[in-house]
Amino acid sequence: MSKAIYALYDDDEVMVDGAKTILSNDIRIKDVYSPFPIHGLENVLGIKWTRLAITSFMYGITGLTLALLGIWFFMIDDWPMNIGGKPSMDLYQNIPAFIPVTFEFTVLCAAHGMAITYLIRNWTLPGLPARNPHPRTTDDHFAIEIAHDENTGKSTDEIRAILQGTNPVEIFEK
Amino acid sequence: MDYTFDGKAKRLTFILMGIGLLSLILGYVMGGDHAGQRVWSSILISGFFFFGIGLIATFFLAIQYAAEAGWGIVLKRIMEGVAAYTPIGAVTLVVVFLASTFHLNHLYHWMDASLYDTASDHYDEIIAHKQAYLNLPFWWIRTLAYLGVYVWFTNIFRKRSLAEDEIADNQKPFYLKNQTLAAIFLVFFGYTSVTASWDWLMSIDTHWFSTIFGWYIFSGMWISSMVMMVLLIVYLKGKGLMDFVNDSHIHDMGKWVFGVSFLWTYLFFCQFMLIWYSNIPEEVTYYQARINDYTWVFWGTMLINFIFPMLLLMSKDAKRNAGFLSFVGAIIFFGHWLDVYMIITPGTMKEHGHLGIVEIGTFLGFLGLFLYTVLNALSKRPLLVKNHPMLEESLHHHIN
Repeated sequence: MSKAIYALYDDDEVMVDGAKTILSNDIRIKDVYSPFPIHGLENVLGIKWTRLAITSFMYGITGLTLALLGIWFFMIDDWPMNIGGKPSMDLYQNIPAFIPVTFEFTVLCAAHGMAITYLIRNWTLPGLPARNPHPRTTDDHFAIEIAHDENTGKSTDEIRAILQGTNPVEIFEK
Repeated sequence: MDYTFDGKAKRLTFILMGIGLLSLILGYVMGGDHAGQRVWSSILISGFFFFGIGLIATFFLAIQYAAEAGWGIVLKRIMEGVAAYTPIGAVTLVVVFLASTFHLNHLYHWMDASLYDTASDHYDEIIAHKQAYLNLPFWWIRTLAYLGVYVWFTNIFRKRSLAEDEIADNQKPFYLKNQTLAAIFLVFFGYTSVTASWDWLMSIDTHWFSTIFGWYIFSGMWISSMVMMVLLIVYLKGKGLMDFVNDSHIHDMGKWVFGVSFLWTYLFFCQFMLIWYSNIPEEVTYYQARINDYTWVFWGTMLINFIFPMLLLMSKDAKRNAGFLSFVGAIIFFGHWLDVYMIITPGTMKEHGHLGIVEIGTFLGFLGLFLYTVLNALSKRPLLVKNHPMLEESLHHHIN
């Protein structure tokens, strides 16, 4: 028994129209595979807005805090140094000198944290097997994925019949 | 989609101009030792601030042309409208410069001839060494060249845009021509916005110099102008005249406000930190004068112009919300006027600077003059351009 049924299209607009038809027949779409972002598709599929930006903000705050804590420990508390006549007596007096490092570390943490979160959330870390159903969805074809366990009310044949009406180039199960 | 500059709006701009004029007169009458200097400083502060807003509109329009950008074509009339103030702003600057040249004020210390006279008590060796570049004839040639070229470009972009409305279908005579012209303007502007800021603002603190100063001034002008455009768009959209401007256009303008705020903060801090760090007497005096005598204004501009946009405009929803964006915009608009105040006043008024009725009144007066010019220009033509090749793309602009 296959897990899902796929419809492969050779045109993104045909695919978006197909997705609308499929949804109007009360069939749930699990995912769509495309070589590039398709304008307006997220509204058709009803995909919720990503929370990645919020995680990025949190990583940024973490980076800011870590950088200031680290600099305070290295340059003020543990081993105060007199650099260019500016003795490191406390953090407040020397803060302008530490802003560039703090800024860079904030960006570093925000960017890496966001990228790693994205890769883990999508489970596309380096070395993991590809999960796209058809090699050509990374080239010039588009696939709609319909999971059987999300559409228990309809038989495979019914779904296939509806998919056939949306002009796919191929329908297959995996 | 025509905007009519009705009596009510006209009256408001005249009232603002009246307040400005009154506060200038009041500044003279109230007197004190530095009355004249204070009045002229106020005119230079607000005159330069609003001139910059007009000039950046031309610059921003040129970016749209040079980059073949499609998204902002529905806002083209707004940019042209704001740019319409450039000639008026140039005239106000020339008035201040003429007054300085004929010693009606002492805004530009280096214009004092006795500084270059070795026999005089006032002889200043440092300034005398700058004479090869910083002398009145050459300075006036540069000033008039900058202003003339800026105004010429502003006018020709406007003229072509109006001509484009009238042409028959499928004729696009200006598209490529504007791209070339805009590229030429951007190169000219790139150099002269820096040298003009040396001539008009940095030379007030004649002994002092900073190589990043030009970009710092430019970024401040840029952010004020973007905010001004947002405010005008929100005003006209509120009247139902710009329904073709959608949330995505507002979002993109919000990104500009947000992004350029960081450009300004970055340049502000670059200049500050390098001077603070090296602590060389000839450089650090600039910040000593500001931090010691204008403590609240100095740190206040930094906080308003950095913290406000960073915290309030970070989220996508804030940038798409026109009302919220214009609220934050209005605050940083004033913040950047305060920044220009902070650049000019310690040089012209030394430690005697005020932030009172004369300065704020002059700001309001110039705001009135600016709004009168811009709204008048906007009312002359429909708010949506016709026949621009990118118009359809811009009308359907949609981003997430």
